Amino acid sequence: METNIALYKYCVRIADTSLILAQRMCEWCGHGPVLEEDIAMSNMGLDLIGQSRGFYSYAAKLEGKGRTEDDIAYFRNEREFLNRCLVEQPNTDFAYTMMRSFLHGCLAYLQFRTLVKSKDETIAGLSEKALKEMTYHVRHASEWIVRMGDGTDVSHEKVKEALGNLWQFTDELFEMDEVDQTLIKSGIACDLSLLRAEWDQMVNEVLAKAKLERPAAGGYQSKGGFNGTHTEHLGHLLSEMQYLPRAYPDAIW
Amino acid sequence: MPFGKMGASTPITTDAIWNLLKQIPDPEVPAINIVELGVVRDVIFSEDGSGVEVVMTPTYSGCPAMKVMEDDVKEKLSAEGLEVKIKIIYKPAWTTDWMSEETKAKLKAYGISPPPKLTFEHLHPLSTVKNAEVMCPFCDSINTTLTSQFGSTACKALHFCDSCHQPFELFKCH
Repeated sequence: METNIALYKYCVRIADTSLILAQRMCEWCGHGPVLEEDIAMSNMGLDLIGQSRGFYSYAAKLEGKGRTEDDIAYFRNEREFLNRCLVEQPNTDFAYTMMRSFLHGCLAYLQFRTLVKSKDETIAGLSEKALKEMTYHVRHASEWIVRMGDGTDVSHEKVKEALGNLWQFTDELFEMDEVDQTLIKSGIACDLSLLRAEWDQMVNEVLAKAKLERPAAGGYQSKGGFNGTHTEHLGHLLSEMQYLPRAYPDAIW
Repeated sequence: MPFGKMGASTPITTDAIWNLLKQIPDPEVPAINIVELGVVRDVIFSEDGSGVEVVMTPTYSGCPAMKVMEDDVKEKLSAEGLEVKIKIIYKPAWTTDWMSEETKAKLKAYGISPPPKLTFEHLHPLSTVKNAEVMCPFCDSINTTLTSQFGSTACKALHFCDSCHQPFELFKCH
């Protein structure tokens, strides 16, 4: 696989994952359980949009067809989105939202921490900034998981249910293919399999504090988001997110 | 030596450009300017002296004020008759550790608690090391509590002073 083609796809995968989670976080705007959390979730959405912009812009440059970050974000269909399926799962309630952010955030934190040392300078630079932001996001989500898990019977049940239902999307966080292999060889990408032990450790630590039991291994695991196979939720998310630029393609902001 | 709008009689020095940039306030925290904030990294004149490249780095990836700052820089320097180009760099990543003590004092006077130094606690999401004490910018008490890690802008957290009973914002350590 050619390095430039692999690099394009690698950046779009990271950008799509950030953008789709950003869209979900921003759906809370005006609907948060308390004002501070409403603001917090939009803030995190904004960080994630910023991260995706950086990676989309770089992807557009690598592609060299004159497309912009907006063209890539708004004018592709569901099957062309390469995000991990975990982040497209609906907000459902606050417990689901925090659990989704936590499970994804731990991996994003570890991934960016490794990519800071990438031989590709742009990826290294974008990752350095994203790393600082993800540190805050993981801290925020993990504190809420402990508070809910070790809280009332109701909050415990809700966060337990969220964990049980989102767990099927966690193996996929570590899925890799020839895109990763090509770039790992040249010192650009990060080998996700090497992050598994530390991810497990972070997750186990927080779940233990939250008095939650880690779901047993061997259950059903969803696969393939990073190659365009998604759950039914992504199409609905895109139809809302992409409506304006598709209805008014010449709109600028 | 580059020349500005007044022609050969007024050469513009790099220092003069930096001084002009220091007149541009941070759009979200106008008590400090964009140079003090640390987003301007370098000023490079083109070889023939007709243009200037301003190298900038964003604070947070998605900071909406970044575009405003870029436009302000273009406007300010174009008025001097210079061709302005903005170059965005991501490395080294912006950090609040670049702020001088003088800048931090300005933030405090404006009612924002200045950022503490980066520590291990800030570098690991599950760290149990206790956060540095946060001082109330109004009454200097350290008897304060964190309300939320996220505030009115990407760079601030919400706190409450248990001594003077005022909510206040902390410029987050980054």
